[in-house]
Amino acid sequence: MDDLLAEFLAETRETLDALSGEIIAWEADPSDRGRLDAIFRFVHTVKGSCGFLDLPRFETLSHAAEDVLAELRSGTRTADAALVSAVLAIIDRIGELTEALESGAELPSGDDGLLIAALSAEANVCPITGAAPHVVQTANKAPARSIRVPLELLDRMMSGVSDMVLARNELARRLREVGAEQEVGGAFERLSTCLADMRDSITRTRMQRIEKLFSALPRMVRDTSAELGKTVDLDIDGSDVELDREMIELMRDPLTHMVRNSIDHGIENAEVRRKRGKPEAGRLSISARQSGNQIVIEIADDGNGIDEGRLVAKAIANGVITQELANALPPAARAALIFSPGVSTAEQVTAISGRGVGMDVVKSNIERIGGSIELDNRPGFGLRTTIRVPLTLTIIASLTVSAGSQSFAIPRSAIEEIVHVSSASIRIDTLGDATVATIRGRALPLLHLEHVLGTGHVDEVTGRTIVVVSAGAGLSYALCVQAVHDHEELVIKPASPAVMGAGVYGGMSLPDSGVPMLMLDAVGIAARAGIEPEEANPIAALTQDAAAETGPELTSTLLFHDLAGRRRGIRLGVVERLEDVAADRIAETAGRLRVAIDGRLLPLLGCEEGLPAGAMVKLLRLSDGASELAFAIDDVIDIVQLPPAMHHATSEGPIAGVALVQGEQVELIDVFWLFAQADAAPVREERPLCLLADAEDRWSREILRPLLEAAGYRVGFAGESVEAQADVVIAGGEPVAAGAAPVIRLRPDMAGANDGSVYRYDRMGLLAAIESQVAKRRA
Amino acid sequence: MDKLYLIATIAGQPVAIHASLVESVVDLGAVAPVPLAPPHVAGLAALRSKVLTVICCECSLGFAPTGRGTRRAVVIQLDGHHYGLVVGSIEDARVIDEPPQPIRARLEPGWARIAIGMLEYDGEALLLIDPERLIAGPDEALAA
Repeated sequence: MDDLLAEFLAETRETLDALSGEIIAWEADPSDRGRLDAIFRFVHTVKGSCGFLDLPRFETLSHAAEDVLAELRSGTRTADAALVSAVLAIIDRIGELTEALESGAELPSGDDGLLIAALSAEANVCPITGAAPHVVQTANKAPARSIRVPLELLDRMMSGVSDMVLARNELARRLREVGAEQEVGGAFERLSTCLADMRDSITRTRMQRIEKLFSALPRMVRDTSAELGKTVDLDIDGSDVELDREMIELMRDPLTHMVRNSIDHGIENAEVRRKRGKPEAGRLSISARQSGNQIVIEIADDGNGIDEGRLVAKAIANGVITQELANALPPAARAALIFSPGVSTAEQVTAISGRGVGMDVVKSNIERIGGSIELDNRPGFGLRTTIRVPLTLTIIASLTVSAGSQSFAIPRSAIEEIVHVSSASIRIDTLGDATVATIRGRALPLLHLEHVLGTGHVDEVTGRTIVVVSAGAGLSYALCVQAVHDHEELVIKPASPAVMGAGVYGGMSLPDSGVPMLMLDAVGIAARAGIEPEEANPIAALTQDAAAETGPELTSTLLFHDLAGRRRGIRLGVVERLEDVAADRIAETAGRLRVAIDGRLLPLLGCEEGLPAGAMVKLLRLSDGASELAFAIDDVIDIVQLPPAMHHATSEGPIAGVALVQGEQVELIDVFWLFAQADAAPVREERPLCLLADAEDRWSREILRPLLEAAGYRVGFAGESVEAQADVVIAGGEPVAAGAAPVIRLRPDMAGANDGSVYRYDRMGLLAAIESQVAKRRA
Repeated sequence: MDKLYLIATIAGQPVAIHASLVESVVDLGAVAPVPLAPPHVAGLAALRSKVLTVICCECSLGFAPTGRGTRRAVVIQLDGHHYGLVVGSIEDARVIDEPPQPIRARLEPGWARIAIGMLEYDGEALLLIDPERLIAGPDEALAA
């Protein structure tokens, strides 16, 4: 009995999938006898089986639908939109019941009587407006012979074949070693060919026709356009293209989203279309084709396209880009702004689309499966979206690279280009401890793979190769590797949690060499190396422009959001650089906020309204030529040229005045005040304590002590009560009581012993040693 | 089968693993290291078409690895992934009728984390260990 039920449910579900397209096609052409018959057969079968299986609700529903369809077949009634909706409602309910029974859930409640009443000729229940879309082409094919096989079995077959391939490789090696006879070689060749064929067909068993994805579209287009009162002709092509079944599932949401967007935002209503001289019915065409080892899915409509002006304005308003960047954007990049998070062009949020989570999610979903998405926007005439995805998830086209003594794979979809370091088109600059590669005018952060992975040190870039990797929107970097080996199609498997936990791998593969290879995750590598999207970190590129353009009248000013989110400006001349530091390196020590950078302590300003949340803090490092301080900000906006005129502040404080920047008021930071604050004397009790080990020594008391006090330290002597609070102990050769504080040894002779001691009249050396020990201790 | 144990040594200490958890015992081929992985993950090795995550048991216990020369590994499957636990040597598979006893001694932290009981065989005491905890490694234990 259970077997029978399961069989019935599976069959019903499959027929339902196939049927939804038929119904829409039938509505478009009610005289199409073939489609009416197909629908009739379905409800008839359901009715027959469920009577037998004792499923009364199924029976009532299918019975009612069968009656109506029989009337239509005999010609006593004709189909109209209301009737088709009513039949659809019945079929939907049957679908819901099927799903509930299959998952063992409680049967959904709902009055079947209402649905049945809607079928009657006099019924006037919920009239649904909008005409049905015409399905131009929906192939009516006889179902291929098939059986159901559990996926796990297919996976086992796949891994079995992979085992055989490896065994063949080993056999090939052995045969070469022993120098086998020609006949053996021939037989071996035949075996290899068979094996390759078998591998191919088993790979294909995991494939499904994209029809499975497309069959739901006519119904969706009909419902969506009816809801919006629009008329849409749907044209589907290429349903017989095959795609990995997992891929089909992953494509479902993005495709649904794109189609809804097209109908909701793209295609205009009938009135507008008439005015623009377009046919009243909008046209939506969806096609799939195979191109090499990729599947290309195109979604094209003849609607309004994307309003680029409004999109750019929205992106600026939402802080996605700045006005300057927007002005410089090429047209193609303007439409692509729709993929930025938090941008949606619809003026009103509708139930269909425009909820603000939209195209950015679509793009990231597609990129996650190794695909890409492109827009061809013709404002006023329509939008064509091209989605490319690999044939399967498990076989990924990859590039093999080596770093240190090891090989790694990089998914080819993440690679923009490969250049040799010696190529004339690139330049490599070192900025502090960071390296930038400029490739044909485009500056990219340069990473050595060995450094990212911590497997070695690279001093010399000569002879190495740069792989330009794109890790998603605006996040590209130059990955420098020892060598690039091969393009290969690799079977990628998920790695164990212990390996994935490293955060830089996307999976692993077993190439023919028999040594496992890890696949790098482009996004993980970027995160590991602390690279940020280009837009978010424009300072590097913009500084150069600004420096080149400085005129006699203008002051280069860096605009930024401070921690409270206000737009502020600071003279670029005092900004040494922009730096990200870990939040735990900031602490309130010695009476003020300080940040430990590069083994030094810098006063930290800009946090008057509280410390920033989050693990990383953006800092501007400011310098007046002699001393340095850090200023915490939220984000850099831009660099602008300002005339010296500004409205001065009414009182002394952090703000020097106000300037007008692009029509907005921007407060300019008073740099003088800032440095004056930073050098203000810290609270006395909070000064670091230097403990001098020899309380009796005259030199310590009379010479060293005043020096230390002048340098801003407290001084105590061994044996005093403050001993336990010491931040650093200064001693000569004498033994020191073991404590927690670090010890600095002084030596009386200038000639250096190599024991880390400091010559006692080396003022700079001594103060530096104390400072670094204190900084280490307090950091 | 319940009472069948695989007996091996880790850092010189004889240990027992429930044979029902063990898929096979193999000699590993080339091990590809996994940069940035926790220290007890020695790397990846191929076993036919499977890829094993190789776990250095000594590192997982928090000891400095001694037997770099050994390639013998116990293959365990956990959550769909295969692991090769590198052990010092494999003694034998034996049936031990006596049920495991609670451990009466104070163990070093590493052993205490992976041991789940004590077995008596041939007048010798064996630690019964949980391979899952070996795979988790020392970091997980700290986090827990």
